[in-house]
Order: sequence, then C-alpha cells, then structure tokens
Amino acid sequence: MALLEVEGLVKHFVAERSLFGRALAHVKAVDGVSFSLEAGKTLALVGESGCGKSTVSRLVLRLIEPDAGTIRFDGRDLLSLDAGALRAFRREAQIIFQDPYASLNPRMTVGQILTEPLALHDLVPPAQRRERVAEILRLVGLEPRLERRYPHEFSGGQRQRIAIARALAVEPKLIICDEPVSALDVSIRSQILNLLRELQDRLGLAYIFVSHDLAVVKHIADHVAVMNLGQIVETAEADALFAAPRHPYSRALLSAIPVPKPRAKSSRIVLQGEIPSALNPPPGCRFHTRCPYVVDRCRSEMPQLVSDGIGHATACHRTSELPSSAAIVPMDGGFSPVLEKLVAAFSAGPEAARGGGVSPLGTDPA
Amino acid sequence: MSTSPLIEIKDLRIRFHGDDGRVTHAVDSVDLSVANGATLGLVGESGCGKSVTSLAIMGLLPKQSAEISGAIRFDGFDLLKTPDQTLRDLRGNRLAMIFQEPMTSLNPSFTIGDQIIETILRHRGGSRRSARDRAIELLRRVHIPSPERRVDEYPHKLSGGMRQRVMIAMALACDPRLLIADEPTTALDVTLQAQILELMRELKAASGAAIILITHDLGVVAEVCDEVAVMYAGEIVERAPVDELFSTPQHPYTVGLLGSIPRLDHRAEQLATIEGMVPNMAQPPAGCRFAARCPFVLDACTRAPPPLVEISPGHLSRCIRAPLELLVS
Repeated sequence: MALLEVEGLVKHFVAERSLFGRALAHVKAVDGVSFSLEAGKTLALVGESGCGKSTVSRLVLRLIEPDAGTIRFDGRDLLSLDAGALRAFRREAQIIFQDPYASLNPRMTVGQILTEPLALHDLVPPAQRRERVAEILRLVGLEPRLERRYPHEFSGGQRQRIAIARALAVEPKLIICDEPVSALDVSIRSQILNLLRELQDRLGLAYIFVSHDLAVVKHIADHVAVMNLGQIVETAEADALFAAPRHPYSRALLSAIPVPKPRAKSSRIVLQGEIPSALNPPPGCRFHTRCPYVVDRCRSEMPQLVSDGIGHATACHRTSELPSSAAIVPMDGGFSPVLEKLVAAFSAGPEAARGGGVSPLGTDPA
Repeated sequence: MSTSPLIEIKDLRIRFHGDDGRVTHAVDSVDLSVANGATLGLVGESGCGKSVTSLAIMGLLPKQSAEISGAIRFDGFDLLKTPDQTLRDLRGNRLAMIFQEPMTSLNPSFTIGDQIIETILRHRGGSRRSARDRAIELLRRVHIPSPERRVDEYPHKLSGGMRQRVMIAMALACDPRLLIADEPTTALDVTLQAQILELMRELKAASGAAIILITHDLGVVAEVCDEVAVMYAGEIVERAPVDELFSTPQHPYTVGLLGSIPRLDHRAEQLATIEGMVPNMAQPPAGCRFAARCPFVLDACTRAPPPLVEISPGHLSRCIRAPLELLVS
C-alpha cells in the first residue's frame, strides 16, 4: 500500500467577488490531480510558475483545504480527520520551504526552534530534550554547540539545515520540500541535496519535491509528475521520463534545460506564445495554445491521463502518433576524463590530493 | 571581429567603507577584456564581486562609500575618470544593462512605450512620433506579440518573460556596443529562459554587440558564452575559453563548482561539495583566498597570494598547483 494516495484533488481560489460576496471568477489552481507515493521514495512535481505544484503540496498537508478529492495517508482519510487527529498527522508529514531566512523565527535560538516540536507533540520527556536536540543537529551536519545561536548567525545553507532539522524533530514519514535549494548557491545546493538523500536512506523518508530545476529533479527523484495549469500532463519514473518524455509539454520543458557543456547536442523546442492564465484556462487540452502538435480535437476535448501499463502515463490525444522523443533531452556527455578525475580528487579531500601523485579515488567515482 | 578589445579592465579594485569604519575588499586586481561581438561569462557565487564589477563599469556604485581604483577603458574613455555628464550620455546608449528582476527595474507608473521612448529621445533626439515607431519596432524585434497595442500597456499587465523582453528592448534602443546582462534569466522558468537566451543570441548575431553575462548558472554559460571568468572572493581565479573551462578547469574552485551541479546523464550518488565558508572580506587571508576550502592546498598556498598565470594560450589560473591534470594523471 502506498504511503500517500491522492485522488481527484481540486482547489479553485476565488479571484473576484461581486459586491455581495458572490464569487465571480476562480483561479483553477489544482484541477483533478491524482498520484501516489510509496514510503521511502521521492516524487517530484515540476512545471512552470503558477502550474499548481506548490498548491498541491499544501493541500496534501491540509494547510489549505481542497474543494474536492480524497487524500489517503497511511490508509487514513486525511480530509475526515478532526482537529486532534490532524495534529497527530502533522507529526508524520512536515514541510521545508524555499527561503530559509523567512521560515525560522528570528527571536528563537536554534535550540528553542528544535525543542518546540518535541514539546508540542510531547515526544521526548523534558529532561532528555537537550540530548535529542543535539542528536538532531548532528544528523543534519551541524555541531550541537550551535543550539544557543540565533538564525541570523547562520549562512543560508546552514539555515536550510536547521529547517530540515526542525522537520526531522518529529520523526516524520513524509517531508514536502518546496524548492528547498532554489535560493542557495551552487556549492551549498549540492550539500543540501546530498543531505536530503542521505537522510532518506537512513530514515526511510518519503519526499514530495517541488522544483523548477530539472537537473536537480533528475538527480533526486524516483518519480516525476509534470504539471501544466493545475493538471498533471505526464507522470513516470524519473529515468523513463528523462530518457523519452512523451507529452509535448514535457518535451518542451526538458529540451529547454541548459546543460553545462558547450556545444551540447540539443533539439530544443522553444515554445511560442505566453502561458495562458489559470483564471481562464483554454478549453480542451490546456496546452493546446502553445503545442506544436495541436489538432482540432485538442481544442475541444480534454485528454485524460492514460497509463501505458508500466507506470508511464500521459494526457495527450496524440501520444501514439508523436515522433520519437529519444534525443530531446540535451545530453551533456558527462564529465571529460580529466574533469572526472579532478572532481573525484576534489571530493576525496586533502589527503588524497597531497603529494601530487596518483589519486586513489581518481578512477571510477560512478 | 577586431583584435583590440571593446572594453578593457585593468587592475580594478573596489573597497566599500562601512559606517562602522570597516573596509570590505569587494573586488581585487580584476583584469578583463571583451572583444567586439564576443560574450564573456562572469561566474561565481553570491558576494564574489561579479555584480559589483558590472556596476563599476556602468558607473553606478555609490560615490560616498565605494573606493574604486584601476582603469576601465571603453571606446576611448576611461570610465572611472569620465565625468558624470558624459557617463549619462554613454549609459543606455553605447553601454546598456539588463537586470535580474524586470519588475523592479521598470517604472510601474509609466507605460512600457513611454519608458522606451524616453531612452530614445534622451540619446537620439528626434520627434516623439518617430521614437514611438522605433519603440514598436524594438518590441517586435524581441518578439512581443502585437507590439502596436503592447506599447501602451503598463508593466504590471505583462508576464515575467514579457517584462524581461521589454528590458532587453529598452537596452537595445540605441544599439549599444556593450550589453551587460546581470542574471537575466534567473527569475524565469526554464521555457522562458530558453526563449530569452535564444533572443540574446539572435540579437548579438544581428548587431555585433559584445555581451558580459553575469550568472551563477554554468548551464547558461556553456550555452551562450565564448569566454568565461570565474570569480571567487573578489578575485578572478580562472579565465578560459568556454570549451576549456568545462573540459580542463585549472582552478580547484572551478572543479568544485563543476562537480557540484547535478548532470542529466550521469547519476552520481553524491555531488561534490565545497566545504567551509567564503572568507571574511574585511580581512582577506594573506595567501590564496580559496586555500581554507581547497583539498589541493599546500603550505605555500597560505603564505603569499598566488598570481594569475597563463597555463595554456588564453587559459589563466590563480593557482600554484596548476596545471591541475598533473595532480591526477
């Protein structure tokens, strides 16, 4: 049984009201989204700004209430939980946000920030809380003595570690990571990605990873759901999706990834036209205004998400007729042989590199 | 492409004097040059001095707190010694800049047409009617649909990608010789980023302008730049033709950066990380500024600042251990 099962999720925000409070216009932020997530796995939600990926992540935690649909977590129907049961559920699902500067209370020390969830859920007897805080800090790679410091004394990467530590304090099964590395510099980003992965292996966490950085998604995700204007247009295992995206929107999205290799081979599809507004999404397939493969049927009939039987589902009338997409994702060809050895030596640390001889780890880091 | 560079920066140093009397070394001994029609990528992480360098070129640093020395030669001027009035004639004219956040760089209370027309009238003169025609033409060049109508719209009516295109149209209004683009696609989705990069390539081919592209995204660098300068803690630590930088980097910091980005066709279990922190630039270290974080460090690295040395033609590194391939061969 999956840890999380989401079925037909809908959330429309009221965009405009009449003088008497009657809703005149709705933003269809999430419009019929279904997916499931196994324990210990990572599902990435990708898509352009405004596609509804962040709204889905908040609906799953019931931070906002859906208009329709069901969410089952560990077999329980989340939408029928009362206040007390909902609070117990919060122990099992946590969230970390993009901006580590805004998500930590500046007036609390790190120790207080981490003790609060322990006390709130009464997880650890008061006498042992300090010990547990030290343990959690070590888990995210921070020294326990830092517990007396305030958030402003830390760098962006360290603050994101603290936010992760706070999420881990209640020993959750699921963590929603909403653009967790977007605000961080490249070298810090890799530290946080490594940490998230290591924690997943150690603690069996499931992640919903919301990101617009597709190379990061490829690195961290087991499954990917591609969203466009409130709907999932394609969902597949990460490797299958990046090897051969099927939906025209996924093709365009993945072909646009800039790869760190000069003159990389790419068959980029540059989409023309603007992203339609979620206030008034186009009829039929919501991608048809920008789709290079559009036919009449797409303008009137909304395609359903259809699975190929081995876990790769696409919502497109023309899935079977489209040309092969095998060469669409740009290939960077990996590292050059010299760079591969240098990166291995760099990662191996000072001992390996000193002396200028042969690097012991310089052979095969893959 | 002529051999004499369009812009040449010599020994640029920028110090900021804080209210508390502290002096921050933001940029130190930076030498750069860009030829006509070339694109230089300026790469580095937050606080490395890349944006400050570009603001110095534009003459936009605060005079009270920034102490600038060195020379920036552009088109027969030394921009650091040019009077403000002349600088104002150059900016938006032969020198143009686009910023990361198009919403904060456009004035919300004027139509986009007004803002482009103002630039044209300021530098080129002529009638308002002809400036308006040119504004429409510019909007068409950056692929804004129905420019005759859009020209009278206010910035808030446009999407992010569209606003960035307006910024580019404005920068191009007077056919600049040098365009500085500071993280022009960072705030945009990948599909829009592709459109904007495509547009920049197109415009460069059409106008022959030189571009300085400031970014932290090595994918973007690989895609549009001819040459790259990597900055760390206020210094250029490596300069190379783009192919060489990605195949045989000669500074450990560049190696760390390249190793830390996830690759599409190489699933590493662990990404490389650069341990430690950027040094405090109020008291820069005596030796190499990267030494404390460098796995290849030797005692000699911490004693004296390493010079920027040419390792192979056009490929410079500020590392006494270069060429690095000898360390792993």
